[in-house]
Amino acid sequence: MPSPTPSQTIGPFFGVLVPERGALLMAAPEASGPRVVVTGVVRDGRGAPVPDALVEVWQADAGGRWNHPDDLRAAGPVAAFGGFGRIHTDASGGFTIETIRPGAAPGPDGAPQAPHLLIGLFARGLLTRLVTRIYFDDEAANEQDPVLRRVPAARRSTLVAARRGGRYCFDIVLQGPRETVFFDV
Amino acid sequence: MSNTESPPHGYRRPRVGDVPPNDYPRYRATALRHPAQPLVVIPQTLSEITGPVLGHGAVGALDHDLTRQHPGEPLGERIVIAGRVLDQDGRAVPDSLIEIWQANAAGRYAHVEDTHDAPLDANFSGAGRTLTDASGRYRFVTVKPGAYPWRNHDNAWRPAHVHVSVFGHSFLTRVVTQMYFPGDPLLALDPIFNAVPSERARQRLVSTFDLALTEPGWALGYRFDVVLRGRDATLGATRGFTTGS
Repeated sequence: MPSPTPSQTIGPFFGVLVPERGALLMAAPEASGPRVVVTGVVRDGRGAPVPDALVEVWQADAGGRWNHPDDLRAAGPVAAFGGFGRIHTDASGGFTIETIRPGAAPGPDGAPQAPHLLIGLFARGLLTRLVTRIYFDDEAANEQDPVLRRVPAARRSTLVAARRGGRYCFDIVLQGPRETVFFDV
Repeated sequence: MSNTESPPHGYRRPRVGDVPPNDYPRYRATALRHPAQPLVVIPQTLSEITGPVLGHGAVGALDHDLTRQHPGEPLGERIVIAGRVLDQDGRAVPDSLIEIWQANAAGRYAHVEDTHDAPLDANFSGAGRTLTDASGRYRFVTVKPGAYPWRNHDNAWRPAHVHVSVFGHSFLTRVVTQMYFPGDPLLALDPIFNAVPSERARQRLVSTFDLALTEPGWALGYRFDVVLRGRDATLGATRGFTTGS
């Protein structure tokens, strides 16, 4: 059985393919559900901003359904909300995701998963994609979330965006104190 | 919320030797960018098993041809890059978005951050995309990219390469990689290529010259097949994933 094609770094020049920087608009006006804005900075092991990262987002809709045939509850092939987006960090390492707040969704063992955004992160200096999740700090369901419960309690807060004013803040720290939890999935 | 359906099959996890480590000192930029903490193993849930299915609306009719994006033809050696996107069981992955980007024939990217002292080409932007067909096949027309220097170590040069991005049908099949050319003497010296531990997996990154893809009097052909993670053979076999109903 062949092994999968190995990952290589995305390098510094993927902007020729994905020129959009800074702000990602995930939801068309006709998509239903409450809007949220998540903003943050990608930082390296010295706290320096990472201005050449690609942030990819995959998420469920407001009803907790993914726009995909493996989700048998999916709305259909032409959903108003696709659930995918990607954005190149700006010169200050910043990114903003304007999207729909996803609903709770089924998880393993029938336990519900708290609302979350699934994140894939690529950058020069990363030989593979890093995978993490963004949860919301005003969500009671986080306590029971089957993925958060796998994470050592002391590090769980790195996966939870903090509400400040009208937006949620979520920095992605690649290394060092407050290093974001990344997943092997 | 209850899930009354059986969860779908998950995806196999790659073997350690087939994946480059993020902490790889020979590639200097990894030093401050690799996570120092171990990755946390989690079950594959619907969140990861699903993934973007990007439709035909995203791709224009000429997006696969990087030599026809401007009024004139780019300079350089015209090539065809074609192959199939397959899973680990050899099954075709149809209707998958595949994207490429690359330097021009002189080894320069059309990117503001690329300061290499080599000429830009007004007729070459260096990015393309297409969808695989029902058999998982794809085809690009472009020019062979040039090698270029980088600052990783003394007299460091990247081998000629084309960046390749593939989605597949799941968040877990997503891969961003680089395609190299056969016989390139710079491959043995390149820390990014050699970060992949297994020789067999590394060779999967090297395209093969293919006379059948070569168009007489017009362009050389290189074959590059992409293998994506395969589905788990048995329901519930994914680590930590049990049938909930």
